Amino acid sequence: MITLTLKEPPSVPLEAEVLSPDVMAPLANDAIRALPVYLGKRQRRVDDFFTVEGAASDELEIRGDVGRVKWIGRGMTRGRITLVGNAGMHLGAYMKGGTIEVSGNASDWLGAEMSGGLIKIGGNAGGQVGAAYRGSLAGMTSGTIVIEGTAGLEVGMRMKRGIIAVGGLVRDFAGLQMKGGTIVMRSGAELRTGAWMVRGTIVSLTPIPLLPTFTYTSTYNPTFLRLYAKHLETLGFAIPFEDGDGAYLRFTGDAAVPGKGEILVWKAAHQS
Amino acid sequence: MLRITGGKVHDPANGLDGVVKDVCIAEGRIVPQIEGGRTIDASGLLVFPGGVDVHSHVAGAALNFARGLTPENYRRAISFLHTPEHRAGLGGITPTTFATGYLYAGMGWTTVNEAAVPLLSARHTHEELHDTPIVDKSCLVLMANNEIVLDLIEQGEVERARHVVAWLIWAAKAYGVKAVNPGGIVNWKFGRNANSLTEPVDGYTRTTPAAIISTLAGIVDELRLPHPLHIHCNNLGIPGNASATLETMRILDGHRAHLAHLQFHAYGGDDWLTMRSEAATIAEYVNTHTNLTTDAGAVLFGDAVTITADGPWQHLLHELTGRKWGNLDVENETGCGIVPYVYKERNLVNAVQWAVGLELLLLVSDPWRIFLTTDHPNGACFWRYPEIIHLLMSADYRRECLAKLPPKALKRIVLADLDREYTLSEIAIITSAGPARALGLSQKGHLGAGADADVTLYQENPGGGVMFAYPRYVIKSGEVVVEEGEIRTVSEGREFIVQPSFDESIEDYLRPLFQKAYTMSFDNYPVAMERLARPDIQPCK
Repeated sequence: MITLTLKEPPSVPLEAEVLSPDVMAPLANDAIRALPVYLGKRQRRVDDFFTVEGAASDELEIRGDVGRVKWIGRGMTRGRITLVGNAGMHLGAYMKGGTIEVSGNASDWLGAEMSGGLIKIGGNAGGQVGAAYRGSLAGMTSGTIVIEGTAGLEVGMRMKRGIIAVGGLVRDFAGLQMKGGTIVMRSGAELRTGAWMVRGTIVSLTPIPLLPTFTYTSTYNPTFLRLYAKHLETLGFAIPFEDGDGAYLRFTGDAAVPGKGEILVWKAAHQS
Repeated sequence: MLRITGGKVHDPANGLDGVVKDVCIAEGRIVPQIEGGRTIDASGLLVFPGGVDVHSHVAGAALNFARGLTPENYRRAISFLHTPEHRAGLGGITPTTFATGYLYAGMGWTTVNEAAVPLLSARHTHEELHDTPIVDKSCLVLMANNEIVLDLIEQGEVERARHVVAWLIWAAKAYGVKAVNPGGIVNWKFGRNANSLTEPVDGYTRTTPAAIISTLAGIVDELRLPHPLHIHCNNLGIPGNASATLETMRILDGHRAHLAHLQFHAYGGDDWLTMRSEAATIAEYVNTHTNLTTDAGAVLFGDAVTITADGPWQHLLHELTGRKWGNLDVENETGCGIVPYVYKERNLVNAVQWAVGLELLLLVSDPWRIFLTTDHPNGACFWRYPEIIHLLMSADYRRECLAKLPPKALKRIVLADLDREYTLSEIAIITSAGPARALGLSQKGHLGAGADADVTLYQENPGGGVMFAYPRYVIKSGEVVVEEGEIRTVSEGREFIVQPSFDESIEDYLRPLFQKAYTMSFDNYPVAMERLARPDIQPCK
């Protein structure tokens, strides 16, 4: 295991895509210390900001509030990063495999355009989770993101495949222009959920305000959700699916595009 | 002073085809002999005149719009980091200004013609050309949808139109006249296109696309501009457009003209499902009419961004692909549309387009009248030219590529029947000597005494065209700018412009029209001479 402990938070954001198992796994302690990071436009070394212990491992632990450190785990394909504290923007962007776990909060662009792997956030996340970067055709194309707390704007924007599960409230434009994949929201979302969605599924366990361009079609328990529920349960995120407990109201849209996406809103059996 | 010794010189304009000969350079020009100075040992290398791009989009409002519209392309682009030798920039499909200069020079091309500039954004274009290092530049001003010019054609005032055209060229500090989809962009402002050459343009009763083409071609000839009317025909990209292209070429009988990106104008069929190549018909017409020159506008599979003043076509392309679309209205002059696009090998239409570009290059028999372009960035990026050279030089490689196309496409094209392979000298003609001659730049495209010392040295490689991607040395105006494949010095290129004569009093006619119809004041409209960093006025002969 490699352990990095932040000496003190940088005054301006630090760009540190080298904080990734792919980069560090083959390196000795000296080499890890000497890796380049960018403070603004100035190139600095990892050990200017972190004390580094251990070497040659694809398990990485980062301690301290790295809320101003960007691009951790960028494009990683294997291994594990554990962050004890908060994480900065673009955490796990473009990642292809491996696991990232954060005990605190994460910022914007979490897992943006990722194509595999798992990200678990103990606290809240920012906006554009699993989203497409500006101009890109598609956001995340595979993988799983689980957030225990709340999430910001444009969660899953233009996502194509994969799962995003959020425990707390999600802000506006969840699933904006979504092309596929699944977003699960335990505490619902604010406004304009699923705007411009073409395909994909948004599941909400609490009632949410819907756009007028979504139409009610039926009430049922989709078979595929059982599979998803079992997968999410192993990650500590439970969703109901038994017929006895209730059923999902299915709305289709966004008719403004027009799209064939769906929003499933849970209705428990005891609700009238 | 510089002597290049021992290389095989390919200088078709002077009849040299692989002759081992010294090339001597003094004060930025080729000279017969020098004493002393540096010597480059070029044994095993091929010596070519620096490349000349007759039709490319590298600067100006439309290109900048495209740059802004496609941030996703830059995330994948190669980056040029700031060093003592060069400025920072990004490559990709629409490279930034500095990167454009480095990429052209790094490929051995030393002169670039920016093919579409609305006068209203000419000032901006010149600023960007100024920041495009190393290469020499020129630009063409858009004229075929300019309402002031069209009004004069409507009134039959050809004489006055000639003065206006000359004034506009000088005001834009341009090198020639470009006609894009004559009348079509005026119609686009009414929500239509100009599909027929004989139907009057919206808002006019007598002015047809045909009249615009013949009038402008006549004016350009009368003004004795070094480069003939540069025309982008009507119905670009539309199946069956070959008939309009033939009709345009007939209208141009008796005039000099350059037909831009002919590939996009050589399709048969009635719709996308029946689209086929008409390259043979078009090439035959070009072969028998020596008043015409053309460039290929070839397509390569992969990412592109389509940028053109042809607004209606871009709207159609956006509707076809569902990709994002940008549209600009340039007051009384023209318009512009931007749509990112991917040419796919498995797509029937794209496969036909890919073949048509190559067919034209192989079927037009005189290399002095067809030039290598991709209509950058529309068909492919300019830095992919070596891939096309490789296709032209190897029939076997073409067959390999043909095997990957959808079988249906093979029935729509004739490429499989063409065995012609370009020789090195023919490559030197279509990449340098030919376009230089068509542009009327007598100091470019050859290595005779008095020519600008723009020389590219390639490592000889029997494998075909791949060697053209990485020249060993590139010499621009006598300075070694690329050595061992790396940029060593960055010089500033010149800008070629022309000053056709016009009656000064034409401003009295234009001024009130301006005050009435433009958002800009008349006095702010022309580009002042001091806005150009290194202008070089070429004579109108």
